[in-house]
Amino acid sequence: MKTLRTKVWPVLAVLVVIIAAWYAAALLMNRTIAVEEAARKGEVLTTQEMWLKSYRLDKPLLPAPHQIVTEIWNSTATMSITSKRSLVYHAWITLSATLLGFALGTVLGIALAVGIVHNRAMDKSMMPWVIASQTIPIMAIAPMLIVVLNAIGISGLLPKALISTYLSFFPVVVGMVKGLRSPEILQLDLMHTYNASRTDVFWKLRFPAAIPFLFASLKVGIAISLIGAIVGELPTGAVAGLGARLLSGSYYGQTIQIWAALFVSSIVAGLLVFIVGGVERLVYRMMGARPEATA
Amino acid sequence: MAENQSSVVSAKNLGLTFQTNDGPVNALTGVNLDVRKGDFVSFIGPSGCGKTTFLRVIADLERATEGQILVNGTTPEDARKNRSYGYVFQAAALYPWRTIEKNIALPLEIMGYSKDEQKKRIEHTLSLVNLSGFGKKYPWQLSGGMQQRASIARALAFDADLLLMDEPFGALDEIVRDHLNQQLLELWARTNKTICFVTHSIPEAVYLSTKIVVMSPRPGRVTDVIESTLPKERPLDIRETPEFLAIAHRVREGLKAGHSYDD
Repeated sequence: MKTLRTKVWPVLAVLVVIIAAWYAAALLMNRTIAVEEAARKGEVLTTQEMWLKSYRLDKPLLPAPHQIVTEIWNSTATMSITSKRSLVYHAWITLSATLLGFALGTVLGIALAVGIVHNRAMDKSMMPWVIASQTIPIMAIAPMLIVVLNAIGISGLLPKALISTYLSFFPVVVGMVKGLRSPEILQLDLMHTYNASRTDVFWKLRFPAAIPFLFASLKVGIAISLIGAIVGELPTGAVAGLGARLLSGSYYGQTIQIWAALFVSSIVAGLLVFIVGGVERLVYRMMGARPEATA
Repeated sequence: MAENQSSVVSAKNLGLTFQTNDGPVNALTGVNLDVRKGDFVSFIGPSGCGKTTFLRVIADLERATEGQILVNGTTPEDARKNRSYGYVFQAAALYPWRTIEKNIALPLEIMGYSKDEQKKRIEHTLSLVNLSGFGKKYPWQLSGGMQQRASIARALAFDADLLLMDEPFGALDEIVRDHLNQQLLELWARTNKTICFVTHSIPEAVYLSTKIVVMSPRPGRVTDVIESTLPKERPLDIRETPEFLAIAHRVREGLKAGHSYDD
């Protein structure tokens, strides 16, 4: 019951406020279109008709929440998932690039962190480059990467995934460098007294000590991997994927379609972070963490 | 002391100077000491007297800059590579993601003991420190005293004849400390190890040791070495006897003499 009071109600209260504000904003922004549309047909709207029409436009400036929900419902539940109009199909296209990119980014990030922690030359030279890589706007580098890879015959899933990798390796490097260096001097001295090899120190001390840092990084990494995959779909004129839905929606002024794709992408991102959090709790439990520390 | 007993630690004119940003710091100078097999040697002195530094030199965690030191007849580095000592730190330094038995297994895994051998040794050392039945617990489920006992078990798990202990009971309250001191003496009697023990408690040093090394700071050096005349069998109330108090008095005098150097 405590979780209901302390966790569910506050979230619901905020949700209600957002929806109310949204309906108000939708009315304000759409009513001009509704009135003009009626005027073209020579009709004059009563106040009530204007309200109703504002929430039922085909191409509203700001779709009302129920229009977005209906669009999502129609393009997921009532449609075969292999259909080109199914959001499940598009979400899967983007998700597969996200997961591949996230996996590559995690491996690359951990590898770089291991190098930085164990090799003095890498320690001195790598970090500025890692940071510099993130100062370049992803919107600028994504088309370049895709064009270049296309020229050498790589297209499809991998280029998009590589943009996810480009974004997601960064938090993993930063987190893992800190994590691998987190053991106390006492714990390292202990290994020294056993004359332990570097491999033993890594697997028995540094890596387990870095696990909490790794999961904090992975939660950030998985969310920006999805962003990377969507951004990767935009400049290529991709025909499938959530990015492609956003793009085609904006070509044809299909605002409801755009918002539906946005909602689905944020739901997918939320689910991914939730799954990483679940794995984190599982791993913590296997590592014998104090129960309240994992909450 | 019999001449035929072999020397486990022997230091000749040992010195160590740390190079710091504020200039050189003389942590140890002119230390001459012989620790013989089976000895229980306590190092006592105020902070900055180099007692922990000396222990770390034995363990090859620091390198001496002058003089000579032999551990088991070899350099400290070789002694460390031969895994000839177990080290107990001020804090238990148990790995929180390992159960108690896995923590004890840590040195055994690194040194390549077989699974069966590991199991045997874990059981044996757990019973030595009176922690049988706690093997499956995680460190946070144990009290501070139990954690420190687990860390002693970890140091005993492999076949090192020398046990180096750096204020292992410093962070514990006096009742627990008395209890652990008693258990440590029993353990020493049963295992026949050589123990070097750093402390800043006079009663602890006198109660435990066969030999007490009194040290003083700036520069860190040995001011007195006291051979204890107490019997090997020591109940806790031996601390009320005149013999005990006489040794404690001599330790206190040694500490005072060192301090007169100060301000």
